[in-house]
Amino acid sequence: MLRWLPEDVSTFGPDIDSLFYLIYYITAATFILVTVLMVWFVIAYRQREGRRATYTHGNTTLEIIWTIVPAAILIVLSFMSVSTWAKVKRHAPASDFEIQVNAKQFNWEVIYPGPDGKLGTGDDVKFDNDIHAPVNKVVRIQLTASDVIHSFFLPNLRLKQDAVPGRNILVWFEATKPGKYELPCAELCGFGHSGMKGWLHVHTAEEYAKWAAESLAPKPQ
Amino acid sequence: MSDTVAAGAAHAAHAHHEELGFWRTYVFSTDHKMIGRQFLFLGLFMLIIGGLLAMMMRWQLAWPETAVPGTSWVPEPYMYEGIVPPNTYNALFTMHATIMIFFVVMPIMVGCFGNFLIPLMIGTRDMAFPKLNMLSFWVGAVSGVVMLASFFVAGGPAASGWTGYATLSAKAAYTGVDWGQNLWIISLFILAISSLMGSINYITTIVNMRAPGMSYFRMPLTVWSLFITAILLLLALPVLSAALAMLLFDRTLGTSFFLPEGGGQPLLWQHMFWFFGHPEVYVLVLPAMGVTSDHLSTFCRKPIFGYHAMAFSMIAIAFLSWIVWGHHMFISGMNPLLGTAFMMTTMVIAVPSAIKVFNWLGTLWGGSIRLTAPMLFALGFVSNFLIGGLSGIFMASTPVDIFIHDTYFIVAHFHYVVAGIIFALFAAVYYWFPKMFGRTMNEGLGKIHFVLTYIFFNLTFFPMHFLGVGGHMRRIYNPMQYEFIQPMQDWNVFITVTALTLGLSQITFLVNFFASLFRWNAKWFRLLVQIVVSAISGYALQMFVGLALFLLVGASLPFAAALIAGVALAAIVFWYLYRNMGELGETAPRNPWQANTLEWIAASPPPHGNFEVQPVVYRGPYEYSSPEVKEDWLPQNKPLGAAAAARAH
Repeated sequence: MLRWLPEDVSTFGPDIDSLFYLIYYITAATFILVTVLMVWFVIAYRQREGRRATYTHGNTTLEIIWTIVPAAILIVLSFMSVSTWAKVKRHAPASDFEIQVNAKQFNWEVIYPGPDGKLGTGDDVKFDNDIHAPVNKVVRIQLTASDVIHSFFLPNLRLKQDAVPGRNILVWFEATKPGKYELPCAELCGFGHSGMKGWLHVHTAEEYAKWAAESLAPKPQ
Repeated sequence: MSDTVAAGAAHAAHAHHEELGFWRTYVFSTDHKMIGRQFLFLGLFMLIIGGLLAMMMRWQLAWPETAVPGTSWVPEPYMYEGIVPPNTYNALFTMHATIMIFFVVMPIMVGCFGNFLIPLMIGTRDMAFPKLNMLSFWVGAVSGVVMLASFFVAGGPAASGWTGYATLSAKAAYTGVDWGQNLWIISLFILAISSLMGSINYITTIVNMRAPGMSYFRMPLTVWSLFITAILLLLALPVLSAALAMLLFDRTLGTSFFLPEGGGQPLLWQHMFWFFGHPEVYVLVLPAMGVTSDHLSTFCRKPIFGYHAMAFSMIAIAFLSWIVWGHHMFISGMNPLLGTAFMMTTMVIAVPSAIKVFNWLGTLWGGSIRLTAPMLFALGFVSNFLIGGLSGIFMASTPVDIFIHDTYFIVAHFHYVVAGIIFALFAAVYYWFPKMFGRTMNEGLGKIHFVLTYIFFNLTFFPMHFLGVGGHMRRIYNPMQYEFIQPMQDWNVFITVTALTLGLSQITFLVNFFASLFRWNAKWFRLLVQIVVSAISGYALQMFVGLALFLLVGASLPFAAALIAGVALAAIVFWYLYRNMGELGETAPRNPWQANTLEWIAASPPPHGNFEVQPVVYRGPYEYSSPEVKEDWLPQNKPLGAAAAARAH
């Protein structure tokens, strides 16, 4: 089933995927175990002439076992999830590459700081739906929305974050491979929701420098 | 003892004096059984509408922007000669979910079976507040009318998802839907009042009106589940009502509870909605768990395994359901530290669910299993709940949820849980139909219905996991707009084909239900039923074989093989039904399943007042195959030993 996972090109993706696989194996084993038992019981204990059902109201030892075992597995799973979650969502690494993405019906507005290196100043450079970033560099994005809730989804980078009007939410990623990755909106945002998408272009350092020189340089007045 | 008997007889005699006219009997009835039936018909009617909406959605997903057959009459701008435009698509999934949750599962599992079963199973004459009960149904019906009316107002019905996230839902300009969304809010507000009245009634009845000897821990698990459900509803609905009122004020009066430009918070809506919404999920699933426990015990001829564990796990689920709502909001922008906390509580709530599944397995072990139609559906519920429960662990883990949130993985998960309830619902209809209407549903047709529903339910919803793993977002109108989804489009076609077959298979149920209810046994009608059901079975097998071969071989060759298989099965089913389909709607005996609970000692259907004699309870509800008696069942009210001796005096 997990072969359908899109290729991962982020630094934290392998952590997420390994949890995904771990849960997949645990649940698949549980599913097979319970289903086999169920089918076996239904066949083995089907109605037969002259046989009476076993008269029992339960078994305390079994109850304790099947309470404690799943509880232990689930608690271990949640502790294993804590650090990856903190890495992705709580502790964004520092970086000198910080841009803003503002979501609005039905576009991703991508804002780069201008020559002054600061966002929110008059020389900011705006693009629609295309993010350009260098490979192997921490990219920090201030995520905002101007009308309704949107969701910034990069399947290949295992990254998703809602953009909420009235808030500025910091997301980050570090791409490990140059390429062009689709950026759909994952939260229903109105009649144009389907088809609201952009692209993340991950460049090598040289290519990115070239793009930045062409596109981010101040335009002659 | 004899006093109670005499009192009961006096009640019964008294009941015979009341001659109620048509209106008081069938329309404005205060009889809990009639109100239960009314909820059942409301729910079945809405089930058909909700199902058809889903079919239209599936059509668009498989074959985007082609005309949906049979819909060219829908005027523009809602549809363009049968082609679904984006906003209508958004309205389709919004209304599909709203109708299925609030107007199908709640009216049938809580409204119908809650009403019908609680007084009968605890051994009393009626609900504590019969008039409030009547009001509850009619207020619910008004709510349904308002919801359906929203299809006909300018702008169309609500299109912001059943979760109605602000700010999308808070301003007409964002969706282009004005009164449709307002009516959606008003309808749910009215429905909350209806459910509130019902839950007060259920709680009061269960606390105060149990038959002599019916202690809490002698109640059937169905009653336990409905009791807990009623408490959840009582506490959760006011929160929904408050949120809905605030949303309506934002839309119509210019307030800004959820709008940031006026200082409001969009996330406040999500917190309030899911604070209601997560207990609501258990409102839907707990009654299904309750009736499933009863069905498994009855048809295994064996006491339920771990009765106390079953009751306490439901109580645990009810408590925990109040502290897990944040798992719907992991990526909403809520403080990530809260996400960690909610992940912990969510992992914990999986434990009582696991306990229930293991106890159901324990009940099967050593049983003497009768695979009747209701038993098959009960097993189907357990199997689907298992998958839905396990897939929930994926999204409980916050890092994994980052990827699968808002994808088809979620859609697969909640259909296995919530749409899986339909199996418990069908089981309950087949099981209690004899008691509700005094007639039995046809077993053969019921089994065919089960096989078709089980196979095509799984073929429809299981592949949605694959789509979700591939990153396929939910609520998108046209998957072909995304390059990374295009390679998976074959699965969308597959799912649509199986979903249409799943929908078609439900004709088997409707025919069985209504023909049994009205005893349609004319020769031509029986022949028609046999032809239709065998044709559906043949068509379904042809689809199944065709799709399987297509996946395995991928050539055009399979078509002939599939066709042959389909025709062969159709012929077999026809032959079987022609020979073995008994009279439809046979008169039901009092206790057709030889079950222990109190509803089966009343007449089928029970008269106004239910019992000829006030039942007295001597034991728990699951004393099957007890060594104390020769038969393999022992009704709750049957005196034995000392009690029997006392009664003889």
